[in-house]
Amino acid sequence: MNGSDVVVGVDTGPASEEPRAAAKAWLSGDSLFHAAAVFAAVVAATTLFGTVIAIAYDSRLSIHTFGIWGFLKSSEWNPVTQTFGAFPFIIGTLVSSAIAMVLGVPVSFGIAVFIVEIAPEWIKRPVAGAIELLAAIPSIVYGLWGLVVFAPVFSQMEPWISNSFGKIPGIGALFQGPPMGIGMLTAGIVLAIMVLPYISSIMRDVFMVVPSSLRESAYALGATTWEVAWDVILPYTRSAVIGGIFLGLGRALGETMAVTFVIGNSNMISTSLLMPSATIPSVLANEFTEATSKLYVSSLIYLGLILIAVTLTVRFLAVLLIRHLGRKEGAAA
Amino acid sequence: MKKSLLFLSLLLSLALAAGALALATVSSADETSITGAGSSWVYPLVAKWSAAYTTQTGIKVNYQSIGSGGGIAQIKAGTVAFGASDMPLKPEDLKAADLIQFPTAVAGCVVSYNLPGIGPGKLILSGPVTADIYLGQIKKWNDPAIEKLNPDLKLPDTDITVVHRSDGSGTTFTFTNYLSKVSPEWKEKVGSNTSVSWPTGVGGKGSEGVTSYVQRIPGSIGYVEYAYVLETHGSYARMINSAGKVVSPSLQGFQDASAHVDWTRAQDFYVILTDQPGAETWPISGCTWQILRKNAPKDTNIAVMKFFDWGFEHGQDMAKSIVYGPLPPSTVKAIKSYWKTELGYGM
Repeated sequence: MNGSDVVVGVDTGPASEEPRAAAKAWLSGDSLFHAAAVFAAVVAATTLFGTVIAIAYDSRLSIHTFGIWGFLKSSEWNPVTQTFGAFPFIIGTLVSSAIAMVLGVPVSFGIAVFIVEIAPEWIKRPVAGAIELLAAIPSIVYGLWGLVVFAPVFSQMEPWISNSFGKIPGIGALFQGPPMGIGMLTAGIVLAIMVLPYISSIMRDVFMVVPSSLRESAYALGATTWEVAWDVILPYTRSAVIGGIFLGLGRALGETMAVTFVIGNSNMISTSLLMPSATIPSVLANEFTEATSKLYVSSLIYLGLILIAVTLTVRFLAVLLIRHLGRKEGAAA
Repeated sequence: MKKSLLFLSLLLSLALAAGALALATVSSADETSITGAGSSWVYPLVAKWSAAYTTQTGIKVNYQSIGSGGGIAQIKAGTVAFGASDMPLKPEDLKAADLIQFPTAVAGCVVSYNLPGIGPGKLILSGPVTADIYLGQIKKWNDPAIEKLNPDLKLPDTDITVVHRSDGSGTTFTFTNYLSKVSPEWKEKVGSNTSVSWPTGVGGKGSEGVTSYVQRIPGSIGYVEYAYVLETHGSYARMINSAGKVVSPSLQGFQDASAHVDWTRAQDFYVILTDQPGAETWPISGCTWQILRKNAPKDTNIAVMKFFDWGFEHGQDMAKSIVYGPLPPSTVKAIKSYWKTELGYGM
């Protein structure tokens, strides 16, 4: 306004109000909140990238010694000769998570359908609450329970498993082995129980959102509960269900203490699910504090990098799958 | 203004990260406390000594049982005042890392098993047979090799479940060292270290983990320090030692192993006690060494030396009560003069 005036005294009216008003605007609640939100987002992103970069940096000795592919293919984990290879642990991580999904997803689906479709009103809340409590149990308590309570019981069941499933040609080799109670299958079962609450609560939430007009019209046409669940509800909620499954898978891949207690910690790949095994998190938990040489530590950090890569790939595949399904849904409509 | 805001936030978050990276200096000793870490083998002894030392002198000793490998790593990093390891470092490794080491007490590793009906001390094993079991070559309990050593025992037709350590452990070092001495195949295929590539078996975390697995799995076999088996009333096997005699683990057996080596002649007290000669010697005996940094603050090292000196002078009965064998007096004297020559100052 009065740009050509020189501001000297205190009472020069409008000219001095400008900087004060500008300062007030800058410090106003909204700008501050805006700044805080930007700050939080930047810190989160920086932490993620910083972590990945730091881990990649610390694994360079191992990458340099064994090569990126060499480390992934090698099955030898030998601290005495200082040769390290990740293959058994990658397999262990993938197989235990696969068992958890194979066992956990159908059960979660059943729980969600039960709560939404079948259960009378008075039972819905308690069952839902009980399932949610499963998520509140700390993972190390799952590990203790698995070792102290479940494993002895399971070791009684294992002879039956090897005698029945073990005799089936083809997949029989998956179920051979001494009845130790611990091993890959036990770890998979414990993981399945741990991912149940996550998958089932997401399924339950989206199942409830399915328009009742859709469900009622299916029932009116004479569909059974199973047909409604499988042919009406599930296709409607496909994307969210897949998202929930991948959330559970992410949890299973990274689970450490529960798996370390019951998987048996053997660095070898065996064909049988009843034999002990190891996953990347269990190896890190067992060996990190006592790794004595630089190459040993670097190899363990490289294992961590591989786990990050696996988890990020799984998430990426989930996003791709959901997007693909969303496109199909849009095209059909 | 939005751009400058973004820039400011970036700067602030980088500053946060840098601040997080700044290492806090941890004082590992002051006038009233010392910290140590390492071997779980020696943990029962250090715990007993430190409780009595604190009541007598008011100085606290804080010891974390994280395994021998962890103890070596922590003393190299300088985060503790002393690191305990059941695997002695070779003199050239000590020199390279600027460390010194001295022994504390001797004890024994035993082979424990879970065979219903066969109680403690009933089963007899030899070194080569144990190595073959751990190599996965002897798979069942009623294998002819085991039956030959136990003619009066009825051994069941069960699979042997081998239990070993999943974490880095000095007990593993002592046990695999013994197996390397009695079985050339073991020495070639596996070797000995705090952590090895086990040909077969299930891994438990810590001696507690091994004990727990052996207790739970019928037909299992494991190796732990003797004190753990005594405390849990588990079954341990008698072994055939290098003199061909069947011996039980005992304080005398451990000390006999120590009596056959000349500690005072060994450079940096690098001595291995497994498979020593003697009629009553326990074949899987071992020791724990305390490792100090040469360039730690003088007060820190003096405080540690004072604690262990106190243990050598006043703690021997406590040690014997939990079956840890004291070192011979000549060795204790050699340790004290070693402190003076290596560090340049005594207590």
